[in-house]
This record gives sequence, structure tokens and C-alpha cells, in this order.
Amino acid sequence: MTNMWIICRKELKGYFASPIAYGLMAFFALIFGYFFYAAVAIFVLRSTDPMMMQRGMPMDVNEWVVRPVMMNVSVIGLFIIPMITMRLFAEEKKSGTIELLATSPITDLEIIVGKWLAAVLLYGSILVLSTVNLAILFLYGSPEWKPILVAYLGLLLQGACLLAIGTFISNCTKNQIIAGAGTFAVCLLLWVLDWVGAYETSTFGKMISYMSVTSHFENFAKGVIDTRDVVYYGSLIFFGLFLTSRSMESLRWRA
Amino acid sequence: MIKVEGLTKRYARNVAVDNISFDVEKGQIVGFLGPNGAGKTTTMRVLTCFLPPTGGKAEVAGFDVIEQPMEVKRRIGYLPETPPLYPEMDVAEYVEFVGRLKGVPKSDLARRVNEVCDRCNVGDMKHRLIGKLSKGYKQRVGLASAIIHNPDVLILDEPTAGLDPEQRKETLGLIRELAGEHTIILSTHILPEVEQTCQKVIIISRGKLVATDTMENLNSRLRGAELVAVEVEARSGSLSRETVQQRLEQLSGVSKVTYRESRQGRLAFHVESMQGKSVRPDIARSVVQADWNLTELHSAGLSLEEIFLQLTSADKTAPGGAQ
Repeated sequence: MTNMWIICRKELKGYFASPIAYGLMAFFALIFGYFFYAAVAIFVLRSTDPMMMQRGMPMDVNEWVVRPVMMNVSVIGLFIIPMITMRLFAEEKKSGTIELLATSPITDLEIIVGKWLAAVLLYGSILVLSTVNLAILFLYGSPEWKPILVAYLGLLLQGACLLAIGTFISNCTKNQIIAGAGTFAVCLLLWVLDWVGAYETSTFGKMISYMSVTSHFENFAKGVIDTRDVVYYGSLIFFGLFLTSRSMESLRWRA
Repeated sequence: MIKVEGLTKRYARNVAVDNISFDVEKGQIVGFLGPNGAGKTTTMRVLTCFLPPTGGKAEVAGFDVIEQPMEVKRRIGYLPETPPLYPEMDVAEYVEFVGRLKGVPKSDLARRVNEVCDRCNVGDMKHRLIGKLSKGYKQRVGLASAIIHNPDVLILDEPTAGLDPEQRKETLGLIRELAGEHTIILSTHILPEVEQTCQKVIIISRGKLVATDTMENLNSRLRGAELVAVEVEARSGSLSRETVQQRLEQLSGVSKVTYRESRQGRLAFHVESMQGKSVRPDIARSVVQADWNLTELHSAGLSLEEIFLQLTSADKTAPGGAQ
């Protein structure tokens, strides 16, 4: 346990000692700010629309602002995640520092989970930046906070499972660019799998659609915690980390 | 302290280490000698539990590298050929990180970090970023981190590679100081380094054990052929190569004279002496008596390749040596 923290702390320091963390945060804050502004602008426009006024029911901030923005954020994640994970193992393998970790009295699992945890914490702290924008909603309106919290939980879970996959891909190569591009490709694939469900209603189509990370996020964005989604994310995290540990082991035998 | 029996490491296509056996006793400094690609690094990687062996056994401090790797790792300090450093950390931070990894108790950590940094002469660099350090300093930081947990066994893979002569001397001095407390294996392909530092030598070539012996024994076995480089001024051609060669060959104790080259009006020869004879004074006297100008005279030593040749050919008759 302590060993895991040693690795995790080292990775976090690594992120914040280099421009990676700050660059990603700035990128995220900018894009999030834009999406947020667009969603609020549409909301304001619609809510002053006489057609909508006639409905007699006030428009819901959660439904009109928080939900679409959160859906967008889950897509931004696809771009940020490869940049977080690409260095995790690829850099250590390239510079030879993996030899230090592998000859220290700590287990592969402690190394892997420590690194993954650091990536999740960085992703989490990037997400936290967006609360500044949401605070404005609370200042001028009264959105419900519970669905927002659930949406964040969803974002974190979705991020954690993509980060686990990224960790695995980073372990497969010495080259950070390959690791990054590979992770991006897989993330993109897991995102667009969802589209199959739009036209294919057979069991096979549903299966494909089920495998998509974004389709499981929809419920979270609505503020609903469905155990199916939690199980999906949980098992993907496990799968990613499991593959990483296999890959790490094979490294020793193949050398 | 270290026991290796029939160790074999096979990669997909080639055999890197082939049936090697040796022992290292506590407190010894052992030189692991061999040309590039001989299997030195692979053997060290097996000992440090980085690679599993394909066959045979390896024990460090009584623990098997396959059965109890954690126990082995706790007792080994390892410095790979390129020190495994994180350029974004500063020196103290890095050494502390390694200390944590190796399980140095928290209460001791700060003290140990200071101790090893001072010991390896990086005390005044503690707050410099590792990425900004020179190669020599990086090597010392690597060494400091390798001894942070006071390991029983220290394994150093080419600790002097890429250093300038001054740094090389310093590093070797440091390693000599560390002996006694630690059992040390250091690999190199530079013979004089081993002569200066090690008590015992293990020589491998192409994955096979060529010789394992103490330094003194090896020296006396090799003394048979002291190689001396001689250079004489040719005096714009008035002195012929044959004349010089003949005169040198006539000296007692000389077994062979080979002409090497003539450059800038000088003639260069290699003179091989017979068993246990030092011929340098005789050569000098003889050249001066003939009234030639002696421009160079030094012991050329034997290159590693020549030693291999000698050892392998000599050991064919002696049992228990080369395999």
C-alpha cells in the first residue's frame, strides 16, 4: 500500500514538474469555458423565446445546461486522456528507469496501480477546474446539486477506465507518440461504437453499443446511477489494469 | 554471498549466457570482465531479478532469485549502465525516492540521504535538477541511490562508461571505499580498471565463462607476454627498419619483435618478452648504445582480446578452466 503511494506521489510530482499538467488544465479550462458559455447562451435564448414561455413550465438548468455540457466534457476526455497516460510507462522504458522500479522490492501491481491512480488524480483535478464555471450557475440560478455530483462521478469513472486502457497501451511500447496515438485511437473507437446502436437494433447491435464508454455515461449525465454502468466501468478498469500487469510480466520473459 | 550455478539465459534467437557458474564471497570486489555483448549485463540483470533465467540457479545472500525475488531485491543495490534517473527531480528528491522504494525506514531516510550524498560527493549538488547535471555527477547520483538502503550486495554495470579519466579515477576510488561493507560486482571491458580495483576476476566471452580467478593468479598467468612498444627515430631514412629489428631481437629475454609502422620519420615496434622478464631497461640501453634516438618506450599491455586468446588457448590444456 505504501509502495503504491510512493509511485503515485512520484508520478504526480512528475506531472506537475513538467508543463503537461498545466497545459492540459489550460486546454480543458478553455474548451470547457467555451462549451459552458455556448450552453448557457442557448439556454438564455430559449428561455426568453415566447414559444417556450407559453409552456408554463420553467426550463430546467440541469437539463439544458449541465447535461449537454457534461456530455461534451466526456468527449473532451477522449483527447486529454491519451496525453495523460502516454508517458506513464513508455518514458520509463525509454530512459531505462523501469529497471529501477523492476529491481526494487515492490510488486508490479503496486507500480501499475500507483501510476494509474496518479493519472486518475490528475484527471480528477483537471475536472475540478470546471466547477468554477458551474459555481456561476449556483450564483444566478438554483440548479440541483445531486445530479451534478453524479455527473462528475460518471466523468471520473469514465476517465478512470480510459486511463486504465491508456496505461496498458503505454506499457506496450517505448515510444510515447505511439502510446498516445494508440490510446487516442482506442478511445475514439470506444466512443463511436455507440453510433451503431442508432441504426442497428439487433442483439449484436446492442452488444456493440453496450461496449461504448459514452453510452454508459448518458445515465450519469442525467443524474442516474445505474449499477449496469458502474459495473461496466469497473470491469473495464479491472481489464485495463489486468492487461497492464500481463504486459509487464511478458516484458521480463521477452526482455 | 552470491552463488551462480549453471546459469543460462536464452533469448528468442540467441543464447546470451551459457551455463555460467561462479561464487562471490562476502566483502569481495569482483570484476566482471568481457567484451561488449559478452553477456555481462544479462547476468547482472538475472542477479537483480530484472530478468528470469532460462536455466540454472542464482542465489544472492542465500535467497533464490526466482523463489524469493523480494528478499533478493531488498539486499541488492543496482546501478545499470545508464543510471536510472528522473531528470525532473532534484538530487536529494531522487535519492529519497529510491530510499523509499527500497524500504528505508522513514525515520532514517533524511539522515541516510545526507550520508550517501556526502559519501558520493554530491552533497553540494543536492538541490540541483538531475537533468542539468554532467555525466560524472549523474553517475555519482546513481551510485548514491544504489547504496541508500545499505545493501549487502552492490551490482554495478559499467560504472565508468562514458566518464573522463579524472571522473573514472574518482568513481573507482569510491567503489574501493565501499568494499568491505558491501560485496561488489562491477562489470567493465577495461582491464586496468579491474587491476586497480578488484580482488577477483570473472571473465566471460560470448556468454561463456573463460576464467574465474584472483587478480594475482591471473596476472602471473598473463605475465608471460609483456608487450612493449618501442619507437626509434629513423633519421630521414639512414636507419633501416631491419637494423633496428635485428638489434632488438638479439636482446636476451625478447621472444618476438614485430614491426608496426613508420610515421613522421619514426619506426614503431612491438616487442614481446619471455616469461617473467622485464626487457624495458635492456631495450633502452641497447638503443642508446647504438646511438639512435629513442622517442618512445612503454608497456603496451595486453588488450582484452589478447587476454581472451591467451586464456582460452592456455586453458585448453589445464582442466577446470575454459569450457
